[in-house]
Amino acid sequence: MSHPSTYKPAAGFAKWLDDRLPIVRLAHDSFVDFPTPKNLNYWYTFGGILAICLVIQIITGVILAMHYVPHTSMAFNSVEHIMRDVNYGWLMRYVHANGASMFFLAVYIHMFRGVYYGSYKEPREVLWMLGVVIYLLMMATAFMGYVLPWGQMSYWGATVITNLFSAIPLVGEDIRTLLWGGFSVDNPTLNRFYSLHYLLPFAIAGVVMLHIWALHIPGNANPTGVEVKDVKKDTVPFHPYYTVKDGFAIVVFLILFAAFVFFNPNGLGHPDNYIEANPLSTPASIVPEWYYLPFYAILRAITFDIGPISSKLGGVMAMFGSILVLFVLPWLDTSKVRSMRYRPAAKMFFFIFIAACLVLGYLGGKPAEGSYVFYAQIATAYYFSFFLIILPLLGFMETPKPLPRSIAESVLKTPKAGEAAHNAPAQ
Amino acid sequence: MTTEISDAGPSDDGEPTRRDFIHIFAAATAAAGAGAAIWPLVHQMNPDASVLALSTVEVDLSSISVGQAIKVMWQGKPVFIRHRTEAEITEGEATPLGALKDDAARNGNLTGSVDATDDARVTSRDGAARPQWLLVVGICTHLGCIPLGTSSGENRGDYNGWFCPCHGSHYDIAGRIRKGPAPENLEIPRYEFLSDALVKIG
Repeated sequence: MSHPSTYKPAAGFAKWLDDRLPIVRLAHDSFVDFPTPKNLNYWYTFGGILAICLVIQIITGVILAMHYVPHTSMAFNSVEHIMRDVNYGWLMRYVHANGASMFFLAVYIHMFRGVYYGSYKEPREVLWMLGVVIYLLMMATAFMGYVLPWGQMSYWGATVITNLFSAIPLVGEDIRTLLWGGFSVDNPTLNRFYSLHYLLPFAIAGVVMLHIWALHIPGNANPTGVEVKDVKKDTVPFHPYYTVKDGFAIVVFLILFAAFVFFNPNGLGHPDNYIEANPLSTPASIVPEWYYLPFYAILRAITFDIGPISSKLGGVMAMFGSILVLFVLPWLDTSKVRSMRYRPAAKMFFFIFIAACLVLGYLGGKPAEGSYVFYAQIATAYYFSFFLIILPLLGFMETPKPLPRSIAESVLKTPKAGEAAHNAPAQ
Repeated sequence: MTTEISDAGPSDDGEPTRRDFIHIFAAATAAAGAGAAIWPLVHQMNPDASVLALSTVEVDLSSISVGQAIKVMWQGKPVFIRHRTEAEITEGEATPLGALKDDAARNGNLTGSVDATDDARVTSRDGAARPQWLLVVGICTHLGCIPLGTSSGENRGDYNGWFCPCHGSHYDIAGRIRKGPAPENLEIPRYEFLSDALVKIG
């Protein structure tokens, strides 16, 4: 939260610099002496984990770019060259490829945490919306990165996704041609995707700074959803309390990361991407990476026309709508109580929502036929109902449990049986 | 001096002043300049001269025997060219329009709404129908897969044309969708016959 600066520069150079560019002061006030609620649990460590993910992706990505060739005739071979010839090239590529999956795993946990604890509510709406912007940039970056190895799944994934834009009325075909730089996915497409894949992570880094800035104005939310009332009683300094807690979580997360990189590096990928792209032959089924599967399921769930909207356009609108709805979530959730810890009904609907997302993820990897489509339609209906019907109505209908008077009180009182599970990881 | 002050300040009668006009004019000029500067930045992404130079392709048909079909690349997409037999032509012509899922010709050589008769599916830019030659863009209208049925021995589906293995769309001998999830007939590219055995696609 905004607080008076506590930085005391030592004499000499530190003082000289502080008078000219107070960057050490900024870092000290933001990451050392920053007052942070004392009850943050491990779900709150994923912001730090995500920062590490971004750094890992940028470092390994810049290195891969030194060896990769963005040309349709050489891209696939240059990736194999990285795997076989470049010193530690296999490591760089496996870390980068699995790093994308780890990044999305962390961001999904981070987002679900935000929904569960109502972190998006006043006064943190802008903080939440910046997060949605980061998520959209991540999706664009990962999509374009997946095209670069120029395997079959790269090529046909790019074909399916760019074809989505042709569903836009009137200008759709022109937009698709503009994206392609030709009449199909080809060398110009690969070149521009490479350029943008290199650019967007730095755009993400920029928005991350805004995200942290917006976080540091009101300060962290916390599992009780009760705002800090007394800085002395309710908060601890970020360092060493949360640098250590975040650090420990990062180490545990990196163990999972390393398990994938070293023991199952292709487990999250698709074997067809080890076949070079062939515009004359389509893989038997085109499946996106796992982190897109729920949205792919929503896209394919719209199999019917809605008035003048064709099923194709309807699917595209539903898919983009499923992400864009997050922008207005702070205004859709009408409950004054932030944390679902004190909202029994909302908590139940939230866990059904997680289940719906997982079901959509499962169905996105299945062929779009038979009962799979039906279940995807049910889950899609629940996905939108959760945001557009349940959360708006629940604020008026639900009776929340009594809130603790302060963060300090919630930490110090003896936990009741029902809350033990929640409070345990917070200490 | 007095004149300048009255020009700069808001006029009492609510009329725009000369200074207002200058502000609006300057802003409009800057906006037009910004737009002019942005256009090259966007347009560079459109197909370039080397891509456009390859936007047509000429194909010699003399080596395709009756009953055979080939794939050629045009604008990065496969085009299927089938040399249809008499029996296949008869089969295509005998199909009633009512049996079709999509009754539009989808022929780039024809303008306006034309029924998907067999004739309309084999008409070139000069308006003449050459029923022995069928040219279609080999991209399934469902989700962009490449249907099977061009090479000999491949599954040609229930209607003797093409079959898309991705989601099971069946196309008939005139490339018309008959069964499965695809919404439209296979697209027919613009093409013209330069001679009896030479066709220019695009």
